[in-house]
Parts: sequence; C-alpha cells; structure tokens
Amino acid sequence: MQVTSPVRDPLITGGKTYKDVTNDIARHVEGKPTKSWLIGLAVSLTVLLIGSLALVATLWEGIGMWGLNKTVGWAWDITNFVWWVGIGHAGTLISAVLLLFRQKWRTSINRAAEAMTIFAVICAAIFPLIHMGRPWIGAIWALPLPNTYGSLWVNFNSPLLWDVFAISTYFSVSLVFWYIGLIPDFATIRDRATGIRNTIYGALSFGWDGGAKTWMRYESVSLILAGLATPLVLSVHTIVSFDFATSVIPGWHTTIFPPYFVAGAIFSGFAMVLSLMIVTRKVFKLEDYITMGHIELMNIVIIVTGSIVGIAYITEFFIAWYSGVEAEQYAFINRMFGPYWWAYWSMMTCNVISPQLFWFKKIRTSIVATFILSIVVNIGMWFERFVIIVTSLHRDYLPSSWVMFYPTITDVGIYLFTFGFFFTCFLLFAKFFPVINMAEIKAVLKSSSEKTTK
Amino acid sequence: MERDKNFILGIFDDEDILKNAVREVRAAGIKIHEVFSPYPVHGLEDELGYKKSRLPVAAFLFGLLGTTLALTMQFYMMKFDWPMIIGGKDHAAFPDFIPVTFELTVLVAAFGMVGVFMISSNLKPWGQPKIFDLRSTDDKHVMAIDIANNAAVDLEIIKGALKNSGASEVNSKSFD
Repeated sequence: MQVTSPVRDPLITGGKTYKDVTNDIARHVEGKPTKSWLIGLAVSLTVLLIGSLALVATLWEGIGMWGLNKTVGWAWDITNFVWWVGIGHAGTLISAVLLLFRQKWRTSINRAAEAMTIFAVICAAIFPLIHMGRPWIGAIWALPLPNTYGSLWVNFNSPLLWDVFAISTYFSVSLVFWYIGLIPDFATIRDRATGIRNTIYGALSFGWDGGAKTWMRYESVSLILAGLATPLVLSVHTIVSFDFATSVIPGWHTTIFPPYFVAGAIFSGFAMVLSLMIVTRKVFKLEDYITMGHIELMNIVIIVTGSIVGIAYITEFFIAWYSGVEAEQYAFINRMFGPYWWAYWSMMTCNVISPQLFWFKKIRTSIVATFILSIVVNIGMWFERFVIIVTSLHRDYLPSSWVMFYPTITDVGIYLFTFGFFFTCFLLFAKFFPVINMAEIKAVLKSSSEKTTK
Repeated sequence: MERDKNFILGIFDDEDILKNAVREVRAAGIKIHEVFSPYPVHGLEDELGYKKSRLPVAAFLFGLLGTTLALTMQFYMMKFDWPMIIGGKDHAAFPDFIPVTFELTVLVAAFGMVGVFMISSNLKPWGQPKIFDLRSTDDKHVMAIDIANNAAVDLEIIKGALKNSGASEVNSKSFD
C-alpha cells in the first residue's frame, strides 16, 4: 500500500504516523511552558519595554528626537521600515508561490513563516506611522476619508499612498490566509482538550468539523488565496521601491528597483525564516519535520536571490556610469568611497559574497553555518537599505547642505522596540498556536513518509 | 432498539481504503451523510459526488467589485470632486491609479471569498459542530451514514458494507 519514491528523500523523517504528527505538534500547545521559552519571553519583553521608552519619547517630544536633519529626511526609520517589510515577504512567498508550484516541502515551514510575516509587517508599519509626527492624525489623513477641508482627498498619484494600500492589503490578506490554515489545527487541539482550553480553541476553530464538503471548499479557498497573494507579495515590495524610484534623487531614480527590491525581500525573508526555524526546531524537537532537506532548499533560495541582488548592485553601478549623468555617477562613487564606505562594503560582503558560500554542500547542510549566515544576510540587507537611503541623500545637490547622518539613542531604541515586539509575538505564537500545519503535513505524509499508521 | 440511534459510523485508517469504501458503499445504494477527515483527501469529493465548489466564481465577482469600487473612487476624487494639477498631468491619471486598483481588487476578492466560505461552511466563533468521533481531527476518517435517510436498507447490510469495504471499526452514534 505504501508508496515511497525511490528518487526523493522523505519530507518527514522518523517514520511518523498521523497520530505522531498530532502528538508531536499539539504537545507544545498543551504542555507547561518550558524554561527556555520563559527565558526567551522575559528577554523579549525586557527589550520591548526598554524600546518603548524611545517610542514614548518620540510620541511625546516629536521626531526631533531622531537623528534626521534638513538634508537627510529619511534614515533609520525608513531603513527599518523597508527591512521589516522585506523580511515579511518570505511567509507569503512560501505559502502562496510554493503552493502554486506544488512544492510539498513548504508544509513544514509555512505556518511559522506566515506568522513571522504578520509580525514583521506590523513592525514595519510602526515606522512610517510614527514618522508622520502625529500618528493619531496622520493615520486618518493617509486614508481617503471625507474631511472638513473640502473634502480634500489623498493624492492617488503618490507612491507613498500606494504604499498605504499595498501594506494594509498585504497585512490583512496574509492574516486571513494564515488564519484559514489555522482553523483545522485549532479543531484538532479542541478535540483533544477539556475545560477552558476546549472552550478557547473551540471558539478559535470556528466550529470546524472536517467534513469532506468543507475540506473541498477549504482547498478551493486556499488555492485562490494563493493565486491572489502571489501577485500581491510581488506588488508590495515593488510599490515600496516606487517610493524611491519615482523620485528624482540620484541613486534612487532607477528602473531596476522593483525586481531588485523584490529579490532582496525574498532573500532577507528566507534568512529570517532560517534563523527562527533553526532555533524552533531545536527547542521544540521538530527535527523530523523541519529536516536538513528543508534547510538546504531554503539555502538554495538564498543563493538564487542573493545572486540576483548581487547582479542588481553591479547593474546599478554600470548604468550610473553608462548614463553619463554626473550626479548619478557621483552618487555611486560616493557610496563606495565616500564617508559611508564601511556601510557599502558591509552590504557587499554580507549580501554578495557570504551567500555564495552556500554553493558548498558542506556549508549549506551545516546547521551552525546556516544559522550564522542567515544572520549575516539580514545584517547585510539592513545595510543595503541604509546605503540606498542615507548615502543618496546626505550629499545634496548643493554642497553647502552636505551633512552626515548620526542616529540618536531614540533611533536605536525604536529599532529595539520592534525587535522586542517581533520576538514577543513570535514566542507567544510558538507556545499557543501549532507551529507546524498538522493537517497539511498529514496530507503529504502518505507520499513522503515511511509509514502512516501503526 | 438500534433504530433509535441516528448514525452508523465507519472508521477508516487510510485515505485510499476510504475512497474505495465510499465508492462501494454508494454502489450498494446507501446514502452517505458525510465523511470527516483530519486532512483534505484529494478525490474524495468526486467519489462522494459533490459538485465543484463555486467559490472561484464568488472570488471573481468580488474582485470585479473591488476593481470597480477602486476606479470609481479614484476618478471621482481626483477628476470630479476636487481636480488638482499634479506634475502638470491630466487629473484622470489612469496609470497612476493602477496600483491602488490592484490592491483593492485583491483585498475585496480575498475578503469576499473568505466571507462566503465562512457562511457556506457555517464557520463562526460560536459554532458548535456535531462531532461524530473525536479522532476525526486526529488520525481517522469517519464515514457517517444517517439511518433515517436509509430507511429502506437493512442495518446489517449497512454495517456489512462498511466492514467489507475496509472499515477498521463500525460504531453507532446518536445526538439528542
């Protein structure tokens, strides 16, 4: 009865049965929190609290607390915004694009990656919101709502407004996609539980019964949501890149930005998924579900997207020279050899050279090397945004307004706040939600495991 | 005595045995109430004779609604209600309206379709599902046969059909 492909390695190792899948994954939701989880939560909450001081300072005093000045009007805040949005691209890419490509290995990681996406997008949204200075007014002005000035509407010709729509659509559609996938698993936990947990997960599972008709509709919804989310995920970072590309700042005014930003987003997103999953699989003992095969496949995605990013850097540089525009040429020379040379070369080392190490099978199948490189990649991607934003701005058209940008403690604090927020959310998710999609694992188990029942 | 019970349940361990069983049980003239599974079994809906879901149609119509709303809103605001000259271009800058139109199309299509799915599958936070067997969300497939719907068929024939088609257990269940 059992079908095992002779060519491919099983996706799930350890000869898991359906029952084992339920037990292994539901165990973490049902058990007492472990010591390592509690320590992790305490650290995250501490970082969150310390960072929130900087956030409160900004809301109280205004954005004069930041290192921005007359020439450099976007710096840490927008760097962090683009960085977090980029990280938020992996989840939907894994769950939507890989679903359309019928990549079954996605089932082990899609749940956690989507959760990561949602938290990362929230972190990202904080920055433009507080950059408005008075977010309680700005958040309303950013929407096309009738107002007492006419109504004077928002400007639909502006990429900044497109961003409002892109990010909020991306966030809400990802959230719905994620939640639909969670419903059957909440039902599994509900049916194993009694008392208060039964009530809570009963409500979360929306009265799911697992009937064949419901599953049929569920499959149909998943497929169409994937179809909708695929162009959506590509559109989001495209529109983020329009924020720069449609301006007339040398170094920003490039048509290569949309594909270059999307590749960079997938690159950093996969790196973040790897950093998180390597820790999660170890702490939760999920090595049979997130196998070396999964890690290797993700590393291959990193080589591909990292190489695209590398080619984009070189193309940008070439076009700056080839265009013959002096300001454009200077912007790129200044990036490499100007006062921010260290940021440029950190970016080049982390993003272009380090992922190429994954060509060696020894390195891409090593947990330690993957973990280190995944963090290196995200450092590099942060520098990429910093380089693009700050080095293009700080030497203005008028040399009299040339300045340097130095972050203040408040800038750093708000960045810390988003880290605290991200990890607190992720830890709460990992404890109270099933970190792996049990139903989807069971659906691929028969074709990808050694056995399914005792 | 057993006629008081509402349902006969066949418990299956394997999806392929289940699909065969559905075919055999239906061929024997027994009406199946529903099959409950812990995960989506591909091809099961065909064996059960379910019509294809029309949710894709709903998604398309909602998407069309989103496109219409987005374009109407932008042309009304930018061209008719308060025309402004931005960059010396036409008020009705159609290419500039495409990103927001795309996003709203996706948003309305996704939320509309999910809403229809929730309503048609009766999913709501206060929903109380009829649970035939708790293992149906864990590792077993449960085929439920409504006795009242199969009044013409003898109970023993139903049980026999389930057993012969590979059910690992045959139980009965009643809801008060």
